Amino acid sequence: MTTRHHITAGFVPLLDSALLVVAKEKGFAEEHSVELRLVRERSWASIRDRLAVSHFDVAHILGPMPIACNLGLSAPAPNMVVPMALGLGGNAITVSAALWQEMANENATPDLDALANGAALCKVVRARKGEPLRFGVVHPYSGHNYEMRYWLAASGIDPDHDIEIVVLPPPDMGDALAEGVIDGYCAGEPWNTFGVLKRGGHLATVKAAIWKSSPEKVLGVNARWREANPEAMTALLVALYQSSVWCGRPENHMELAEILAQPAYVGRDAALLMPALSGQLSVGGGVVRSVGDFFVPNAKAATFPWRSHALWFYTQMVRWRQISHSPENQRIAAETYRPDIYRSALKTSGIAIPSASSKVEGALTVETPVGSSGALTLGPDGFFDGGRFDPDDVDAYIAAQSS
Amino acid sequence: MLFAVSAPRAGDNPLAGRSSIPGDLRVLVIDESSIRASIIEQGLHEAGYADVTIIDNMNGLARRISDVNPDVIVIDLENPNRDMLESIFQISRAVRRPIAMFVDKSDEASIEAAVEAGVSAYIVDGLKQERVRPILKMAISRFNAFSRLNRELEETRGELENRKVIDRAKGLLMRSRGLSEGEAYALLRRTAMNQNRKIAEIAESLVTAASLLDPGTKE
Repeated sequence: MTTRHHITAGFVPLLDSALLVVAKEKGFAEEHSVELRLVRERSWASIRDRLAVSHFDVAHILGPMPIACNLGLSAPAPNMVVPMALGLGGNAITVSAALWQEMANENATPDLDALANGAALCKVVRARKGEPLRFGVVHPYSGHNYEMRYWLAASGIDPDHDIEIVVLPPPDMGDALAEGVIDGYCAGEPWNTFGVLKRGGHLATVKAAIWKSSPEKVLGVNARWREANPEAMTALLVALYQSSVWCGRPENHMELAEILAQPAYVGRDAALLMPALSGQLSVGGGVVRSVGDFFVPNAKAATFPWRSHALWFYTQMVRWRQISHSPENQRIAAETYRPDIYRSALKTSGIAIPSASSKVEGALTVETPVGSSGALTLGPDGFFDGGRFDPDDVDAYIAAQSS
Repeated sequence: MLFAVSAPRAGDNPLAGRSSIPGDLRVLVIDESSIRASIIEQGLHEAGYADVTIIDNMNGLARRISDVNPDVIVIDLENPNRDMLESIFQISRAVRRPIAMFVDKSDEASIEAAVEAGVSAYIVDGLKQERVRPILKMAISRFNAFSRLNRELEETRGELENRKVIDRAKGLLMRSRGLSEGEAYALLRRTAMNQNRKIAEIAESLVTAASLLDPGTKE
């Protein structure tokens, strides 16, 4: 008889909780003797606290947050490992109708182009009198915060002085936009689609345009739990990988949207969840744009916990003065992501696993076959401004961004 | 609605000058449940903390925190605005660098008790552990008491619901089979006993079946 593994996972009601939800709902967890209990939370702080006191063994969590925990930036700080990513991309930047109009006057276009629309926003910011524009993000240690700041900075806007950034719960962002409390926000889905379709917002750009194939949520695991339960860890990772394959298949998207729409999960209309899955995004003003790689649950090694992703997040923590740079901090950040656990769990599954643990981010302009066990293509993974991040030269990247 | 606005930078307000009597600590309770907030407030007053402020809506949170300038912030763990709150500490320095949750990371038992109770606290860096512990203990026990109260209310509400559905089922039986109220109730009870189910469950099935068979009638 096989051992049954009881695993409790926390999640926040967002589209990219899909891998965990599907692992349970489509029986992949059960197939590997994992009894997966999913617990919904309303803040990342709560996810972190419940991981710390072992209410949760694992959780759907913002990619930079386990790094912040291990760096001692938040308390209580559970010691965490990230053995798997829960997909790539999935965020967008939504602005108010009024701000969009001003941006459009400066040649912003509904094609979501990060470069042109960033330049348009910069002109609006420069010409603006009075109160600075205010943008919402979901958490200080989030991909949202870092990618929006990256986009703003590369567009000539100082995110700390030219505008104001505040933190809001994603479900409140659409209302805050409509009430004029904020002028724009960076959030995951369904909150951009909601903002556009229900609150008159307009998409300015998407994560996939700012940085293609970029990291977002990950599976955060209490390190103590992982050490005590290596078999359960392996079983869960195999189940989640199967779940990612299922989530990636277009023929399953309607069913996936319906599963996520249930009150126990995201609890919003399937119609609000479909655009992110199909890549047919409502931009605003009735315009729909196709963004094929908007959210990538499985392709392009989307579940692989690249150390270069962890290190990029770390460079942004340094850039925005959340932590000072030191070799020790850099090591802690890099070692939070654990491709070794991923490989050892999935090596017998016959899937393509990258041979490297790190890559130069922004090096691939087209889809490229890479060294792996099995056939695997990665990329394109470019930053919209042509930037490159070499994880072997973190010092130079940090120095260039601080000048 | 619940949004932060940026806070003015509060000047340094060193703890050094403050004495160590409990009443001297400024405590801020943030809770969207005003009942629970007042239960906590009462507990704090009883324990000798006179300087207690309650915020039960999140408008202009950063500015209000900076006005209150608290030593300890107690907040409902499930509050979706905790991410905002933590970012306020980080970005605006609205309060004197509070640290999340507990004074001492090694104090795992009290962290666990707090999370279990659904309460979270933020304490100004440098404040002595023994000064804060009574506040935490009190908050934990009051949060637990509040949950107990809520559970009891739920149960009472459940019983009321049961009684209502039984009344409706009796009504149906009285009308469709010409029974008296006593006979209708006896029939429900007998059926429940025979099927080894609760009377409320039998009543519920009957009401559901009746509404399926005749969607036009309400009873």
